[in-house]
Amino acid sequence: MKKIIKYVIVDILRNKIVIAYTLLLLAISFGLFNLDDNTSKGLLSLMNIVLIIVPLICIIFSTIYIYNSAEFIELLVSQPLQRKHIWMSLFGGIAIALSLAFFIGVGIAVFIYSFTSAALILLGVGLLLTVIFVAIALLAAVYTRDKAKGIGISVLLWLYFSLIFDGLVLFILYQFQDYPLEKFIAAISCFNPVDLSRILILLKMDVSALMGYTGAIFKDFFGMRAGMITSFIVLLLWIWSPLWLSLRRFNRKDL
Amino acid sequence: MIIANNVTKKFGKLTALNNVSATCGKGQCTALIGPNGSGKTTLVKCMLGMVIPDNGFITFNDKNILHDWLYREHIGYMPQIGRYPENMSIGQLLNMMKDIRSKNGKCSLDEDLIKAFKLPDILQKRMRTLSGGTTQKVSASLAFLFNPDVLILDEPTAGLDPLASEILKEKIIAEKQKGKLVLITSHILSELDDLVTHVIYMQDGNLLFHKSIDRLREDTGEKKLSKAIASVMKKN
Repeated sequence: MKKIIKYVIVDILRNKIVIAYTLLLLAISFGLFNLDDNTSKGLLSLMNIVLIIVPLICIIFSTIYIYNSAEFIELLVSQPLQRKHIWMSLFGGIAIALSLAFFIGVGIAVFIYSFTSAALILLGVGLLLTVIFVAIALLAAVYTRDKAKGIGISVLLWLYFSLIFDGLVLFILYQFQDYPLEKFIAAISCFNPVDLSRILILLKMDVSALMGYTGAIFKDFFGMRAGMITSFIVLLLWIWSPLWLSLRRFNRKDL
Repeated sequence: MIIANNVTKKFGKLTALNNVSATCGKGQCTALIGPNGSGKTTLVKCMLGMVIPDNGFITFNDKNILHDWLYREHIGYMPQIGRYPENMSIGQLLNMMKDIRSKNGKCSLDEDLIKAFKLPDILQKRMRTLSGGTTQKVSASLAFLFNPDVLILDEPTAGLDPLASEILKEKIIAEKQKGKLVLITSHILSELDDLVTHVIYMQDGNLLFHKSIDRLREDTGEKKLSKAIASVMKKN
């Protein structure tokens, strides 16, 4: 299994996209921290950009990478290797490479300019989001044979998690504002890892005004510590469940 | 060694394999023959665990292959259309396969074909730039590289030049004489004449017959395999 992870990582590093992604994150993080003297403002802007860019790059890159590895997978499946190991190695290889890129790209600036607990949470959440969206990409890629369709589904999923979901929540709140929906909204934000990540960071930063409606309710509902632990567990579930579903499908897939 | 029991596989509405049962033992060289789309490759892929049957099961050395994977250590597979990571060079591909398959380095390698096909001269070429025939040579070399007990060759000589296909044929005969099981699918029947000991004939996903070549010759009264098969095809 280690051997396959090694080959996947070497292959990913050979195509320059991941390096470009690292440089992009470096430029953004250094740029934002230098724009303003107030580092907590810089951190906030960085969070907003990370929450948009990281899921997008991770899901698209991983989906395309899985489709481009079709030959590699086919070759390995006819060898004395367990399918589970092949799939987990692919996941591990992509996740490690992208996490490393994120850690270097955002980590360096954070360590230099704003070494606070909120910044560390941002770093941790970014890494979690990276792994989550790799897992979601694997799920999208294993269920569709057609490359264009698979990438399309990935883009739509990203759009849903980044934009559509919040729109839907606001719509529901607006339509049913006469009813007590707090608990319902707190529960529903667990269905979106991006939203949850935002809540997790903002709970730490303690800037309620910027939290948005779901965040405010979440804080009120869970309190500080309990809310963070819950959302952290839910994020881990977001890694595990797409990965488990995709693995189950891959084990039965005809190649 | 390999026993297939009532294997059925459907792709949507198409039945690729319909209740196929077959037994292949050591030292045999079995030819899988049948028209295009008769399910030969699907059967081979089922044996490799690349396609999972809807019904029935396959055993390798009396062990069900469904949840096993180590049995593939004993198989060398040459696919009909070899698809390899495009950015890798031949040398990198060979090294990777050796790395993945060698356990504690105690695997005896058989590099006869690599030398016979003169692959060491073009080790730095990328897989994407190779012609169809050269890719086939790489596939064949990989299938024989790890000295497997079972060789599964899907259309081995398609795309090879006469010289290369003669080399491959001699290699197959040599391995057969070492008591290995060889499974070949091919359309070029004249090539199989001096290779095979048994014939499996498939049509529309059904296994029509599985007999030794001597029986087939007796039954049809033809000496050549191509004529024997032709007379069978006419009857159906």
